[in-house]
Amino acid sequence: MRTRQFLKPRTVSREVDALVDALPKHNIGSQGYDPWGLNPDTAKITFTAVRWLYENYFRAQAYGLDNIPADGRLLIVGNHSGQLPMDGVMVSFAVANKAENARLPRSMIERWFPSVPFLGNWMNSVGGVIGDPKNCAKMLEREEAIVVFPEGIRGSGKPYRLRYQLQRFGHGFMHLAMEHNTPIVPVGVVGCEETMPSLVNIKPLARMLGLPYFPLAPLVPLPARVVINFGKPLRYANDARNERDVEWRVEEVKDAIRDLIDTGIAQRKSIF
Amino acid sequence: MTEKQKTGAGTGPSDTASHPTPSKRKTPARRRASAGAGKKRKAAPAGIGSETRGKVMVTGAAGALAQHVIALLKENYDVVGVEFRGLQTSYPDTVDYVVDFNTRPFEDVFREHGFTAIIHLGRIRFTQSTRGRRYSANVIGTARLLRLALKYGVEQVIALSTFHVYGADARNPSLIDEEYPMRAANLMREVVDAVELENLFNIYLYKHPELNIAILRPCHIAGPGINNEISRMLAQPVAPCLLGFSPLMQFIHVEDMAEAVLRAFERNRPGVYNVAPDDYVAYQDALQLAGCRRLFLPSVPPGLARRAVRALGRYAPPDYLINFFKYAVIIDGSLFARTFDFKPQRSLTELLGHYRGDK
Repeated sequence: MRTRQFLKPRTVSREVDALVDALPKHNIGSQGYDPWGLNPDTAKITFTAVRWLYENYFRAQAYGLDNIPADGRLLIVGNHSGQLPMDGVMVSFAVANKAENARLPRSMIERWFPSVPFLGNWMNSVGGVIGDPKNCAKMLEREEAIVVFPEGIRGSGKPYRLRYQLQRFGHGFMHLAMEHNTPIVPVGVVGCEETMPSLVNIKPLARMLGLPYFPLAPLVPLPARVVINFGKPLRYANDARNERDVEWRVEEVKDAIRDLIDTGIAQRKSIF
Repeated sequence: MTEKQKTGAGTGPSDTASHPTPSKRKTPARRRASAGAGKKRKAAPAGIGSETRGKVMVTGAAGALAQHVIALLKENYDVVGVEFRGLQTSYPDTVDYVVDFNTRPFEDVFREHGFTAIIHLGRIRFTQSTRGRRYSANVIGTARLLRLALKYGVEQVIALSTFHVYGADARNPSLIDEEYPMRAANLMREVVDAVELENLFNIYLYKHPELNIAILRPCHIAGPGINNEISRMLAQPVAPCLLGFSPLMQFIHVEDMAEAVLRAFERNRPGVYNVAPDDYVAYQDALQLAGCRRLFLPSVPPGLARRAVRALGRYAPPDYLINFFKYAVIIDGSLFARTFDFKPQRSLTELLGHYRGDK
């Protein structure tokens, strides 16, 4: 609390303060927390830092933000890459920084993050939530917008030679979308593959440290240009007869994301 | 020889007067009752919802929560307070009997009074006594309590459990509802008695619907008189916390919890319910609001954290509960709130302000 009180007046501008205050937030309690740990003050401090990264370091460009509805439950589903969840941060910021109808999306994070000191609490306080279907279902019932990367660590931890190749998607997001009548907005992120290109995953070291992977990669993200494309919302009725039907629908979403990635690669003038 | 004498020591008021023994504790209520020794009272044909007031047994009657519950119940019901922990040196007026549930004299309390309901608040906490003693009192003792409830035609049982049964783990989702598995037994073997107690109540809930069992799983109960692990942390001028971890927590004021118990009792809707407000605070923020200075302990590696906590002794939570001070366990109390039209009246600021005011 004291760290926040110290940092907020020194880092957060009035503009950012007003901008984050205007974002629709649900169930913030008397002490400034929602049930998943979101804290608007920490979000404001982080927003300031991410804004600089978004605009000056990664020089990100976002297209198709009109496809994000102003309210209601929503799943934003994209391709994962870059060893660190920088793509999730960029996608969430693009939606929160929209000129009109901005929203504060919640990102599904890996289950081991809360066990990391400082990082786990910080990720929760800026909107990160453990990628558990129960969490996701409850948030959709509360009309939240959720950023999901169904590839999980298969996507973020893949080596550079597999860049822009979608790995296997989990089906959980599709079941949630069908059961909770939620539109899916596909998103293609281009550039994060180049922020931390990994040559190889050092598995013994990862096992020793209890991490899902340990990349041989730059220590800090490189300043690659990021292009984000949001697609048209996809809607699926809850009428799948079996898992095979669900798999076909997941493949449709993957195809939409592949198209958006191709568009982004074409839009990008240079990697750095 | 009278029937009372045959049953043994520590049974009821009449027994106390005629054959005092050193092992029995005289409470004010028992002293009052001793005046009418020898007069066997006949249970009134009372029942919940009938015009006659029912007679209610409240276990753990020496506890702070029980004292609030008894004060609320006394307006409309005859209350008999039973205490089994036997650890306190003095007892308040709310205790009528001090008796171990596992001893034969406990049945005499049922014989003496025609209970229509039992509010079971008595449970040895994690920091009290050994694992074996806790298991014996909490699980075996409660099994006997439930058998006697069946035998003597008790119509309703309210059981106080704890949110600890869900277990603290990095993978826990937020807003855990009643259908979530009780993982604590798998994560921490020291709290296995709490999970077994719940399982026992669940078996009786479905096997004996005539008992109308409602199981309450409250979040952290705090406030005046409460002496659980979290209250001890908040009451200290310097409280330990783990570096890099400040889990989200929920607190309910002891008076609100007493009101919740009363509502569950009066409305009689059997089932399992989480009891928690729709308000949250991070542990380190709670410490600061309670006027505590934070003592940071190393959080990694886990072995070092446990050693540091153990070194602090009673000033820190027991090391097997350390994960509750590391990972959030946020429960969804909406089912209870809807079913019993319940909303806590005391805010977090008021609750934590109590501890600040005491410093």
